[in-house]
Amino acid sequence: MQWEVVIGLETHVQLQTNTKQFSGASTAFGAEPNTQACEVSIALPGVLPVLNKKSVECAIKFGLAIDAEIAPRSVFARKNYFYPDLPKGYQISQYELPVVGKGKLNIQVGDQEKTINITRAHLEEDAGKSVHGAQEGMSGIDLNRAGTPLLEIVTEPDMRCAAEAVAYAKKLHELVQWIGICDGNMQEGSFRCDVNVSVRPKGSDKLGTRREIKNLNSFKFMQQAIEYETQWQIETLEDGGKIEQATVLFNPDTSETRAMRSKEEANDYRYFPDPDLLPLEVTEADKARVKAEMPELPEAMQARFEAEYGLSAYDAATLTSSRAVANYFVETLGAFGGEPKLVANWVMGDFSAYINNNSELFNFGQPPLRPNQLAGLLNRIEDNTISNKIAKEVFARMCEKVSLHVAIANNLEKDWQFGSDELADEIIEEKGLKQVSDSGAIEAIVDEVIAANAAMVDEFKAGKEKAFNALVGQCMKASKGKANPAQVNELLKKKLGA
Amino acid sequence: MINSSLKQFSQMLAKKEISSAELTQAFLQRIDALNPTLNAYITLDQDKTLAQAKAADARIAAGNAEALTGIPIAQKDIFCANGWRTTCGSRMLENFIAPYDAFVIKKFDAAGAVNLGKTNMDEFAMGSSNETSYFGSVKNPWDMTRVPGGSSGGSAAAVAARLCAAATGTDTGGSIRQPASLCGFTGLKPTYGLVSRYGMIAFASSLDQAGPMAKSAEDCALMMNVMAGFDEKDSTSINRVKEDYTRDLNKPLNGLRIGLPKEYFADGLEANVGAVVQAAIAEYKKLGAEIVDISLPNTKLSIPVYYVIAPAEASSNLSRYDGVRYGHRAKEYTDLIDMYCKTRAEGFGAEVKRRILIGTYVLSAGYYDAYYLQAQKIRRLIAQDFADAFKQCDIIMGPAAPSTAFKIGEKVDDPVAMYLQDIYTIAVNLAGLPGMSIPAGFSNGLPVGLQIIGNYFDEARMLNVGHAYQQVTDWHTKMPEGI
Repeated sequence: MQWEVVIGLETHVQLQTNTKQFSGASTAFGAEPNTQACEVSIALPGVLPVLNKKSVECAIKFGLAIDAEIAPRSVFARKNYFYPDLPKGYQISQYELPVVGKGKLNIQVGDQEKTINITRAHLEEDAGKSVHGAQEGMSGIDLNRAGTPLLEIVTEPDMRCAAEAVAYAKKLHELVQWIGICDGNMQEGSFRCDVNVSVRPKGSDKLGTRREIKNLNSFKFMQQAIEYETQWQIETLEDGGKIEQATVLFNPDTSETRAMRSKEEANDYRYFPDPDLLPLEVTEADKARVKAEMPELPEAMQARFEAEYGLSAYDAATLTSSRAVANYFVETLGAFGGEPKLVANWVMGDFSAYINNNSELFNFGQPPLRPNQLAGLLNRIEDNTISNKIAKEVFARMCEKVSLHVAIANNLEKDWQFGSDELADEIIEEKGLKQVSDSGAIEAIVDEVIAANAAMVDEFKAGKEKAFNALVGQCMKASKGKANPAQVNELLKKKLGA
Repeated sequence: MINSSLKQFSQMLAKKEISSAELTQAFLQRIDALNPTLNAYITLDQDKTLAQAKAADARIAAGNAEALTGIPIAQKDIFCANGWRTTCGSRMLENFIAPYDAFVIKKFDAAGAVNLGKTNMDEFAMGSSNETSYFGSVKNPWDMTRVPGGSSGGSAAAVAARLCAAATGTDTGGSIRQPASLCGFTGLKPTYGLVSRYGMIAFASSLDQAGPMAKSAEDCALMMNVMAGFDEKDSTSINRVKEDYTRDLNKPLNGLRIGLPKEYFADGLEANVGAVVQAAIAEYKKLGAEIVDISLPNTKLSIPVYYVIAPAEASSNLSRYDGVRYGHRAKEYTDLIDMYCKTRAEGFGAEVKRRILIGTYVLSAGYYDAYYLQAQKIRRLIAQDFADAFKQCDIIMGPAAPSTAFKIGEKVDDPVAMYLQDIYTIAVNLAGLPGMSIPAGFSNGLPVGLQIIGNYFDEARMLNVGHAYQQVTDWHTKMPEGI
């Protein structure tokens, strides 16, 4: 039988706010246990929640970004269950009336475009952490994370393979960073996915029984987990077994999924509207205010890059793959003022390669060169001071200098700023890399090369076009790459009577 | 002296006829003598109390005293007070020292009032007789064999026996007004949202409201001036312009339309209590008020609705008492679930457990719509009853409780009989309205309260109505004999 896998995602996005969802405690990651647990975080008797307005703005931003309905009135509800890291014995979430309703996100897998429908997104608070093994025979509780604002984003079961699910998760991951509501740090748990997987005979329109893979915090694990789970479900069904609804965990060491609890053990969460909080009202004015603060969204920016700068769809998509890349491109282009394609090639080419190879030091948010510095280099290509080839050399030298400086600054835990905007010029000067455009000097080199390579000259005259290129190469070599290649070409042709 | 009004205390302090330390000592001595019998206070801390009194004296000497500076106030043990044991009447919090101040405590501190101690109460404010307290029942100063009412029973006994100048209480279904009626003093439950709930240990969040318990309407007005106010830490707190609750005390009552709901004078009301209430209403006629017959048709539904909504909220509010972070934890247990079960089985008393069970049940999948949602709908109908009534009248009057104080132990084994104690008070909480009880006379030597219900934010008018009556009667000045 042919099987079809059906996948839906629930993603917990930790919102970038300074304080918690319902209290003034800090949300900074990595503090000593329980140092960011205020009276509300530890749920002392008598404390009350107050909604963080910033988190509401984040939710509205997300709603606008996925073209969703934003509820004029949504309600916070209590989800009741006992767990040691859940201090109140209930989580404040949204149940029947979420702040963000139906929306959509477009993904691309290979050349296929697909729209993933988003069911809802709601605000809630995170639980604390249970810490096992720190003390013999005891479990510790760290409530620093308790109350951290989350936006839970739920899709329709629209994905049909692991690749689609990963593409969606990556797109979402990029979007929430793009609009500035999440730092996207998956190691620290800022972006975690629960994946619902079921299989059904191909052609069937009835959903199979799903199992939920909890808390995936890497795209690689997501891919592996879905693939394993899909295979396991198909094999189970083909062996005549039945899938039971369950929550499963993925073990990265074995690449397997294993059931954590079955539906029978599921809690009755006894949701009811939280009487400590008023319904959340979002007015048209609120939406307009947030909209005014929204950055241009990636799809719109991509279209603009194609239309305005004449970039290919591929280039435009790559340059808008993250907000940091796009910002870097736009700022460099602004400082440069020349051909956008040249900027695009450099940003996507040598510059990206350098960042990728030095990712422990740099990223597009903290780039090795400021946009002005890269533009300074591109200006020298544009005005023929150096060739593209020499430019690569200058670029390497610029980066080398910066990274040395950065490594020292990082050791001293200092913020760093390196070099002037004219860094490229300084290096060109220092290394004597300025392109030689003095026709006298070039003529001397050409003469020298013709004299020293009589055999090649003869070959050329005998009709071997390749020999001409070899002669050009010799000239460039003789000039240490500094001769203006166009001038070399021209002079050689003249001298050889071609 | 101990029978003085807050205003009189304030004047004595201002004129240096007495210091706050002396006044506080006088009350502490009365507490020493009478509390072992009455059991009105759970926690006393003379050092803290006297330190506050001395600070108040310094403030008075410096000339920046406020109305309540230096006056000893009893605090219901439901308010967290920094450094004070705060038990909420429960074994669960028997040794809980609050590390922060409730909004109400902060306000009294800022006003320079002296915290005399933490008063006894029904466990987590669940009760109408103060018999559910882990710290023992409180005696009614008018008859030591009888209950003071509840849940603010300790504050009630303290005010009635003059073991404080005034006290705070909280009222979720009648917990200020019913004890005020049973102990013969003035108690006001303000409009929901007027006094911040921050730091006030939650029973039923949508109903809980703190208010003053004092000898007179005037004293309650002075207490309200301190307690009321917007608090950004309570999302249900109402942001209004600060008002002076004494401003209308002396307004004439000419033309005041008093609505008498027929449902409040029907079966279930003790005849003697009804007669006292009617006599008080006759007094109002003499003061120029006119009487309007009204109906609150859904009154009979208020108890069943309350016993769905309040336990539902309580079952969730009390989940935090799990033995993990603070409060009681069972000594021996086999695993996490066992720890939860034993901790809560030991830490909570029978009435609290009953309400947690009811609340858990009505919120359960499959029952939620039939109970909780239905109850919320009827709650809106009850509020609508009052809205309709206030089209015909300015103030509603009736009994605060169906009977005078009953014997300790009398209703302990009959929860429904106990719940019926709040038949005239609960609807007011469900509607979020302000309600007040003032002493209106006696029946067989036991006090009877007159309930005054106002429209939203009409506290100043209600206090005016109470004060006018207290200018022509002296019920509110009566003290239990031998105390």
